[in-house]
Amino acid sequence: MNAILLSALWGVVMMFTGLASPHARLHGRMAVVGMALLVVAAWLDLAGISPFGITGGGMLSYGPYESVFIILMAGCALLYLLLSVHVMADGGTGTSDPLALIFFVMTGICIIAGFRSLLMLFLGIEIVSIPLYILSASDKRNLRSNEAALKYFLMGAFSTGVMLMGVTLLYGTHGSFYLEALNIGEEALSPLATAGIVLLLVSMAFKVSAAPFHFWTPDVYDGTPTVFTSFMATIVKGAAFFAFLRLFQDGFGRLHEHWRLLMAFLTAATLIIGNVTAVFQQSVKRMLAYSSIAQAGFMMLALFALNQTARTGIVLYAVSYSLATIGVFAVLARMKDHSFEAFNGMAGRQPLLALLLTVFLLSLAGIPLTAGFFAKYQMIAATLEEGRMVWLAILALLCAVVGVYYYFRVIQAMYFRTGGDAQPEVSKGTRAVLVVTALAVLALGIHPDWLLRFLSY
Amino acid sequence: MFTAFDNFPALLIWLPLLGALPAFLLRKEGAAGRWALASSLVTFTVTVASLFFQGEKHYALTQVSYVWLPDFGSSFTLTLDGISWILCLLNAVSFPVILGSTLGTCRDRQHVFFGLMLMAQAGLNGVFLSADALGFYFFWELALIPVYFLASLWGGERRVQAAFKFFIYTFAGSVLMLAGILWMHMRTTDQSFSLASFYRTSLDPVEQAWLFWAFFLAFAIKMPVFPFHTWQPDAYEQSDTAVTMVLSGVMVKMGVFALIRWLLPLFPDALKRFDEIAILLCIAGMLYASCIAMVQDDLKRMVAYSSIAHVGLMAAAVFTVQQEAWHGVLVQMFNHGVNIIGLWVVVSLIESQLGVRKISQLGGLAQKAPSLAVLLTVIALANIALPLTNAFVGEFLMFNGLYRHNPWYAAAAGLSIILSAVYMLNMIRNVFLGGTNDLTDGFREVSFRHRAILALLVVVILAAGVHPEPMFRLVEDTSDLILKRVQSR
Repeated sequence: MNAILLSALWGVVMMFTGLASPHARLHGRMAVVGMALLVVAAWLDLAGISPFGITGGGMLSYGPYESVFIILMAGCALLYLLLSVHVMADGGTGTSDPLALIFFVMTGICIIAGFRSLLMLFLGIEIVSIPLYILSASDKRNLRSNEAALKYFLMGAFSTGVMLMGVTLLYGTHGSFYLEALNIGEEALSPLATAGIVLLLVSMAFKVSAAPFHFWTPDVYDGTPTVFTSFMATIVKGAAFFAFLRLFQDGFGRLHEHWRLLMAFLTAATLIIGNVTAVFQQSVKRMLAYSSIAQAGFMMLALFALNQTARTGIVLYAVSYSLATIGVFAVLARMKDHSFEAFNGMAGRQPLLALLLTVFLLSLAGIPLTAGFFAKYQMIAATLEEGRMVWLAILALLCAVVGVYYYFRVIQAMYFRTGGDAQPEVSKGTRAVLVVTALAVLALGIHPDWLLRFLSY
Repeated sequence: MFTAFDNFPALLIWLPLLGALPAFLLRKEGAAGRWALASSLVTFTVTVASLFFQGEKHYALTQVSYVWLPDFGSSFTLTLDGISWILCLLNAVSFPVILGSTLGTCRDRQHVFFGLMLMAQAGLNGVFLSADALGFYFFWELALIPVYFLASLWGGERRVQAAFKFFIYTFAGSVLMLAGILWMHMRTTDQSFSLASFYRTSLDPVEQAWLFWAFFLAFAIKMPVFPFHTWQPDAYEQSDTAVTMVLSGVMVKMGVFALIRWLLPLFPDALKRFDEIAILLCIAGMLYASCIAMVQDDLKRMVAYSSIAHVGLMAAAVFTVQQEAWHGVLVQMFNHGVNIIGLWVVVSLIESQLGVRKISQLGGLAQKAPSLAVLLTVIALANIALPLTNAFVGEFLMFNGLYRHNPWYAAAAGLSIILSAVYMLNMIRNVFLGGTNDLTDGFREVSFRHRAILALLVVVILAAGVHPEPMFRLVEDTSDLILKRVQSR
């Protein structure tokens, strides 16, 4: 509860900071301080210390699992801000507004992490989405940014409509918005309720860009200014998955057998479409957009499996994917040319940066000793634990091999080719943050227990 | 009880790894190479020293465990028994030879090269020593990453593609193995990854069949067994010779080793169903590779194909599940490593002086470099497995095992030995004998250092050929222990 209040308040503070001072640097510092405070606030939630007596009337609830998730996402967001505020300042459109929007998104994330009622889910998703529509349009003079925003807005509004429809149908059959009331097993399976569940599935699949509802993703991620793509593709997506899992575990968990096959097909489609399409991309940014679909496919495995391994695994996945992707995007945001060729020979010009990028890309590819390995491991293990539809796990592993192909294209360009001219200007401070991020990726790759112990309360 | 000997397994991994870190920082010309050589010699000394501390311990599956991931059921568990010992010894012998013989080769970014080499050595030792499936998988991949970079950064024109093909092949195989490992893990009674609990777990035949092929594919790609070998000639030809030596001398042994350590003891019932298919694949690969080796004009490709044939024989002998054959395989893994590294040293010497590897363009080198010719001949004869050379004992035992399994297999596999004599002797005739031509007129006797290294290898070849007893004593107890497990089901 601390986290929701603080992030919402700090969003307002950021807006007033914009009025009070035009200095982009100050805005950046304020935002970093705010995000650090958010981590602390979430920590206080975990410790059970709250100065406010707000309970949310049972519509929100935060156990250790949820609080740890918020801490982790706020931590990722803190790293993201440390890496991005300079780039935003160079964008020239004023930094206080986008930063305020990011804090509002964090509010939404805190809400969807702890929702117990469909109303809160809807509210949280909207609080996350609307600032994102604005962020994707923030490069006002760029036509592609405008296109991305419009596409995102129209598709997003449509999927929100679908979600509301689903919520309505479920309310009509159960007479309640609460997850506990919805989760009553097979006797509740009327045609209306089934339709409601399917509509919710579709709208959530849209939010996490699972196939076949992924078509907006590449264009939106590509058109949005790179700094904000980084945020949308990582922290927001992780939170959306968290909510997705919560909805289907706590809300429809008893009907698991009924929607499991559907989820398996969605997962398989997402894995195949994401991975195969990413192979053919010519721009690293677009490749990362498809890779985010591919990684979503892996996270969908948690929804298919719906067991304890999946529950902890999805948080590990969200964190490791966010860390690595934020790292890659931080470099990409400082480059003008986003093609693979721009990376040619970067190891010679920027050895440290190339090494760090290699760590991030190896993690995304799921190579051992990086966080990505254990993230994928948890998903595969969760699937195999179910003991059925083993083909899905095999398919996911083969898709991981395809993933190696396109992630390694960047490594190959950096180390084995010459002739590129990209010289991303990376300050010393940014380098230090990138090193910390890479160390976090490696630490989770060597000892994921450190994180997973927190989650298995 | 924790004894002095128990420190060795971890030491054998940490030493090369810690040696690698300073190598990356030594930017001065030649410094990194000397450091790497010194580091590999230390590793060699420690490996040999471990033999004197063993007592009776290395014969059984004793393990040293360090806490790693208790929640996952995995620990950092190592075992230094007979079969890991002989492979660590191969690793320890190979690296000083490889580094010593290629020290002077002109390369840019030497410090990176030697750092990655030492990392590869650490990874390989990890594969041989791991007694925990998750740790084994880790090292299996970690040995691959430095070699991938080595093969991509230095070598021929098409090296990037060749190395990538190698990487993708191996990675595809190993993810299936990962699925298999996970499945095994869930079937263990104590939810553990340790080799001991894997050995205790019994599976029904259908599971065994699936897992058998999942693991087999990973190992078959690594060895490589026909028809999964297509990455190999390209990778060997395009890589820097030092990297090719690591690949062919040590790395392919990962596959054969893993068959004995993991595949067969875990899935003995599946083995009974599928051993004929596996052996036939191996033998088909041997004949196929030998035939191709005969018509190769490129020295590197010829040696590469000959390696497929030899490793195919080892794999076939493993699948016969015969006591002597297994002894032969284990000893032959070491000997084959020594022989093939010797061949590569000669190839690299010729290439570095003349700039060509085409057999048809060479000739008469014996007139110019008589001692090189003598040394090469011994190594080549060892590669054909002539009596009194090291490879004879091993190959004899392997054929013996194949013959007992099915005489026809032995006959077919025997053909490949005849073919190996054909291409090896042909190579000697065309490259070293006959008259010189314009190109080879300029060939000079090689440096003392290279002659000394080759002479050392020849001494090992002859010593192991005349007196192979100690090596057999080293491996036979462990081998019999595992064999008993495979047969008892």
